[in-house]
Amino acid sequence: MTDQSPEKSEGAQAFPDSFDLEGEFARSNVQAVLEKLDRELVGLAPVKQRIREIAALLLVDKARRSMGLETGAPTLHMSFTGNPGTGKTTVALRMAEILKNLGYVRQGHLISVTRDDLVGQYIGHTAPKTREVIKKAMGGVLFIDEAYYLYKPENERDYGAEAIEILLQVMENQRDDLVVILAGYANRMEVFFQSNPGFRSRIAHHIDFPDYSEKELMSIAQLMVDAQHYVLTPEAQKVLRDYIPRRMKMPHFANARSMRNALDRAKLRQANRLFGRKDRTNLTRHDLTTIEAEDLLQSRVFQV
Amino acid sequence: MHENPRNMTQGQFSFLPPLTDDQIKAQIAYAIKQGFAVSVEFTDDPHPRNTYWEMWCQPMFDTKDPAAVMLEVNECRKTWGANHYIKVQAFDNARWRESVAMSFIVNRPKYEPGLALARQEGPGRSIHYTVHSYATDKPRGERYK
Repeated sequence: MTDQSPEKSEGAQAFPDSFDLEGEFARSNVQAVLEKLDRELVGLAPVKQRIREIAALLLVDKARRSMGLETGAPTLHMSFTGNPGTGKTTVALRMAEILKNLGYVRQGHLISVTRDDLVGQYIGHTAPKTREVIKKAMGGVLFIDEAYYLYKPENERDYGAEAIEILLQVMENQRDDLVVILAGYANRMEVFFQSNPGFRSRIAHHIDFPDYSEKELMSIAQLMVDAQHYVLTPEAQKVLRDYIPRRMKMPHFANARSMRNALDRAKLRQANRLFGRKDRTNLTRHDLTTIEAEDLLQSRVFQV
Repeated sequence: MHENPRNMTQGQFSFLPPLTDDQIKAQIAYAIKQGFAVSVEFTDDPHPRNTYWEMWCQPMFDTKDPAAVMLEVNECRKTWGANHYIKVQAFDNARWRESVAMSFIVNRPKYEPGLALARQEGPGRSIHYTVHSYATDKPRGERYK
């Protein structure tokens, strides 16, 4: 915004000779967000690297501007590509935080939408609907999940094109007010960008989210279990380690989301097991927090 | 006092020179911070007591940033700006207040012909005074052309 750009009217304004990058970095609190990212998100090394690079670029940009070097407002729109459950939404949330700390968005909130939120059902419905969403996201980040659904080439009268047009206009004209992040599967996003070259040219950062390895999925599951105050018995851990490669081979595998679902079902079975016990009158803390191997073994994954 | 003595005055800041966009944004930011719902309205009937204007868009209940309101203000200016008044209103929905807390003009027609003083004779040589806008002698839509 205006407070970041040097006053043009005072041409002979004295700019500082040095910029305290270290101090600015500490003030911006970005380090804390990056550390949080490292701590809470397993794996994703290339993603974290890119985010660190973007943060560095924005910080240096700020330094340049403080010395009166013309840089032009950086384009911050991004595309996150990757399979389901690879952490795109979570990283987008962190990204909003980082951009807020660096002063590139004013509010730092994230509005997550899909096609249904942007595209209307009849003529004249789409434009106000899209505008409504954009207005809500102003000053923050607009996260469009499965963005390729916006564009349906088989139907030339599809209203998605109208939403795309409005989005492109806002992405170009109000770069100061809104950061747009598009997300979806890599190959379908590629097709989407090919048919909408306007999007590709307005997006500065393409970040690809790799799939998790078995080991990473195991530590993700462990993190989830810890966060919900459950404990896996050593046998249950062994079963889970066996479960992961089996689940990965099955259809509709969604990385971390599949792990969460597996644990949710294990919790369900654990509750059911406790309920079916004869001595229901004296459950201990240990009973309530422990997930046994049998809770996991009942999964349909082991039945095929 | 007035920049132009023929200016219509209504709501806040209407005796001041027109607000700049940055000043408008700052006012809107204040309104949002207070939790008010901001809306944009327009009219070409400039009587000071005409408080019910046409709504440009729905009141913005869950916007977090003044840029969103400025987007609507600018859209409204594009459509109606040349010959209409546009105001920004902020509605406070707090219990017991539930009314418009802020209201200020953000756009005026290029030329305002001003208001005439009209006198009406009552019983016993009493006189009732009112103002009448020259612009409203013409039908809606043709004023301020």
